[in-house]
Amino acid sequence: MMDEALKQELRKQGIVATTLQELYNWGRRNSLWPLNFGLACCAIEMIATTMARYDLARFGAEVFRPSPRQADLMIVAGTITKKMAPQVVRLYNQMPEPKYVIAMGACAISGGPFKQGYNVLKGIDRYIPVDIYIPGCPPRPEALIDGFMALQRKIEGQTITGEGRPDFMKDEPSCDFVVPEFAAHDLLPTSNQGVWEAPQLVNITTAEKPGTVKA
Amino acid sequence: MSTFSAPAMELTPKPSYAADGAQLLEVSMGPQHPSTHGVFRMDVALDGETVVKLKPIFGYLHRNHEKLGEDQSYIASMPYTDRLDYFCSMTNNWAYALAVEKLAGIVVPERAEYLRVITAELTRLQNHTSLVGFLMQDMGASGTPLMYAFREREKILDLFESLSGARMMCNYMRFGGCRVDLPKGWQQQAQSVVDAYPKFLDEFEALLTSNEILMARTQGVGALSSELAIAAGITGPMLRASGVNYDLRKVDAYGIYDRFQFRVPLGDHGDVYDRCMVRLLEMRESLEILKQALRDLPEGPIQDPKTKVRNFKPKPGEAYGRIEAPKGELGFYLISDGSANPYRFRVRPPSLINLTILEDLCLGRNIADVVIILGSVDIVMGEVDR
Repeated sequence: MMDEALKQELRKQGIVATTLQELYNWGRRNSLWPLNFGLACCAIEMIATTMARYDLARFGAEVFRPSPRQADLMIVAGTITKKMAPQVVRLYNQMPEPKYVIAMGACAISGGPFKQGYNVLKGIDRYIPVDIYIPGCPPRPEALIDGFMALQRKIEGQTITGEGRPDFMKDEPSCDFVVPEFAAHDLLPTSNQGVWEAPQLVNITTAEKPGTVKA
Repeated sequence: MSTFSAPAMELTPKPSYAADGAQLLEVSMGPQHPSTHGVFRMDVALDGETVVKLKPIFGYLHRNHEKLGEDQSYIASMPYTDRLDYFCSMTNNWAYALAVEKLAGIVVPERAEYLRVITAELTRLQNHTSLVGFLMQDMGASGTPLMYAFREREKILDLFESLSGARMMCNYMRFGGCRVDLPKGWQQQAQSVVDAYPKFLDEFEALLTSNEILMARTQGVGALSSELAIAAGITGPMLRASGVNYDLRKVDAYGIYDRFQFRVPLGDHGDVYDRCMVRLLEMRESLEILKQALRDLPEGPIQDPKTKVRNFKPKPGEAYGRIEAPKGELGFYLISDGSANPYRFRVRPPSLINLTILEDLCLGRNIADVVIILGSVDIVMGEVDR
């Protein structure tokens, strides 16, 4: 990295010094184009965020693209049913890299209030990698903006070389994003092992508490 | 082996042909489409630009509302009703509360009735405002009308937020009344919103109603005859745009609607233009109701003291409560078997039933008209698929 004091000194002389990585991340984070894609209630708050009062355009993200081919960011705004989940994964696969996903609202995170239902997917992170989770039912526009800024900070911190570089810059992607199929009882596969691991269920009444000593 | 299997999706369907032998173009609009108002799909067969077949495909947002309603107590379903038609949580609450009140024979105090009317009419205002904005968006007036509509909608959402704590999912009504009383200064705030609204409507109408492009796009498009509307069970502004004088606020006079002076705007042709105009006129009547309700709002309790909050078990029986929601007749049908959960919880969604005649409206029109006809029906997929 360049010496910050030297950089400031050069700037006074009218010379802007930067790195390719900084320039690249600056460009990406300030012109995220979301996919024009609403699923349920949260989509209305997403629309409200783009309107004059909250004005997502301040963050360079007012250009909602109807086509996944032109979008960088998928805001999963609403309940994903088992009928809709394959289409969501298909849309994600159609988006060009680099791409990001925001899970907006309780339903996109975990199924939300409809989790007990027979037709609701219990979180979109079972099939596609999610960058930012925004809780709420629905989240307020301010919450979406906050999540959006968190995503911008995340992009700012990404490296374009070395081990920590994002998945799409590696030669071998870590996994495919399989489109699930609507099968007899559930979606098949029920989750994508490459992006989601089923949490280990622990019975807290019988499990040993950490730090306890057996008599 | 499985007992149920979904039909495999045909990736290369057989081509279909028009009467003169020309091959038809089949377009699948949705479920991801900017103008379908949610996740709705239409399989459209086109002869050139003309629609010859339209098949709506539902179920992309089926969230098992009815099943969940049967599995939980009566009051636990109240927040779920918010999420049916997510533009109009207050009217959904009211319809459900009305059904339960009929079932259990609960009397609502007068102040609560007034609060219900006020919140329901504010809901109607913001629903119709957003709908007209979205319709213009569908027509290609990108941004500006919708921005104006949402600017006004936010003022009403602020009122809802200070009253109930939530912008959209208000969860405000309870069996036998309302959850909380008005906060300090709310009535004056509401009064100022109501007083300022006609100015916005004048501006909106000046920009839209005599606009030549709008008239060319909407007049005569998607005309619905009153006979078909009645036969198909269409309700709400869509029915009234076809010239049928049927408004549940007048017919049932549920709550205290018989105390208010208001008119029911009717259309003449039943086309997209009339549907848009009926909604614009309805907003003015809603403002009249709001003025009277805010003026006459009495003091008193907001909750029937005899209604149990916990362990609420109505006697066995059935009830159907219906109201004039902004989109049409919203009804809840409940069967009680005497337990804490309803035996059957059924919703009659206006959007779904208004959508059933979509093909009749679209046949013979251009593909571009399908978008605005769908927009003028005013659907919300949460309510259509439930």
